[in-house]
Amino acid sequence: MNNAEEKLVFERPRSLTDAHTHYCPGCTHGIAHRLVAEALDELGLRERTLGIAPVGCAVLAYYYFNVDMAEAAHGRAPAMATGMKRANPDKILFTYQGDGDLAAIGAGEIVHAAGRGENITVIFINNAIYGMTGGQMAPTTLEGQKTTSSPMGRDISIAGHPLRMSELLATLDGAAYVARGSLHDPKHIRRAKKAILTAFKVQQAGLGFSMVELLSACGTNWKMDPVEALGWIKDNMVPYFPLGDYKVTDAVKNL
Amino acid sequence: MAKGRIVIDEGRCKGCELCISVCPPEILVVSSRLNERGYLAVEVMDMDRCTGCSLCAVICPDVCITVYRQVPARSR
Ligand SMILES: Cc1ncc(C[n+]2csc(CCOP(=O)(O)OP(=O)(O)O)c2C)c(N)n1
Ligand code: SF4
Ligand code: SF4
Repeated sequence: MNNAEEKLVFERPRSLTDAHTHYCPGCTHGIAHRLVAEALDELGLRERTLGIAPVGCAVLAYYYFNVDMAEAAHGRAPAMATGMKRANPDKILFTYQGDGDLAAIGAGEIVHAAGRGENITVIFINNAIYGMTGGQMAPTTLEGQKTTSSPMGRDISIAGHPLRMSELLATLDGAAYVARGSLHDPKHIRRAKKAILTAFKVQQAGLGFSMVELLSACGTNWKMDPVEALGWIKDNMVPYFPLGDYKVTDAVKNL
Repeated sequence: MAKGRIVIDEGRCKGCELCISVCPPEILVVSSRLNERGYLAVEVMDMDRCTGCSLCAVICPDVCITVYRQVPARSR
């Protein structure tokens, strides 16, 4: 032991509170929270960040992030963030939204916030289901996926095709940075963290709307154990929702 | 000598086993201890084989794990 020293290489980020979360065992909402918190710590933004919690399983996120938080009505976080950012341009604003929240009831808000190029950061959790309300079909539910409201599997002749929100929002001129990552293994978790860091840097530089979509597990409603659920992301979600950058403006490239 | 060491906050652990599934030397196991919230917390069965790689901590959704790594004194 004499010629070696012990170095701390991983600890709980300061931008998380000490609260125990209410999430199910293995729910990757917890990983997404930690990545956002690590990014805020690393960029030194904790003291000037305002977060907006959604309706959905992350409804209590304001207990978990150690920053000032507000709670939006279902899907309305981008509208609230718009007002809060315009009134407090020196603050860093992020919304944290599920796929039911962002892609269904809040589809209008997110499209217009991105189209207007609001200088906010959106963390979008795509778990292909409505988690909080008991596993109903979401706009992101895959074809054939069984949910409580599509017990025979999603039938696209009735329910239509799953929405790819990153691709859709990337077409809007106001969107400066849009990327999709995944939380299904440590390598992809580390990549997702880089995307979140970039998104906050985009906002710091005032370059416009930024969003990171994260493929996330809901083992409880998918009726899988946590390890199986991560495998399901890799095998079923990643092929339909390809990972990568969908919008990186020149200004973002030069950051 | 172990290259790394982890500390698990047992009270936070939900026994999801994601850490077990990614640990390269396979030294994590479910313990027989129920924590305050009724979960069987994970424990390290052989710390001497920990490399300090941090994969368990990176995947833990409940941020239960703190990781230390041995570094040669002269490289500091
Ligand atoms: C205006 C309104 N409509 C509907 C609901 C019911 N509701 C609560 S959470 C939710 C969907 C949650 O799904 P998602 O946004 O995907 O988040 P998750 O729970 O999966 O993280 C719905 C429809 C509500 N609370 N308010
Ligand atoms: S229901 Fe699904 S999304 Fe909600 S906490 Fe449980 S695993 Fe996470
Ligand atoms: S990943 Fe975290 S919560 Fe899950 S069993 Fe391991 S230490 Fe416990």
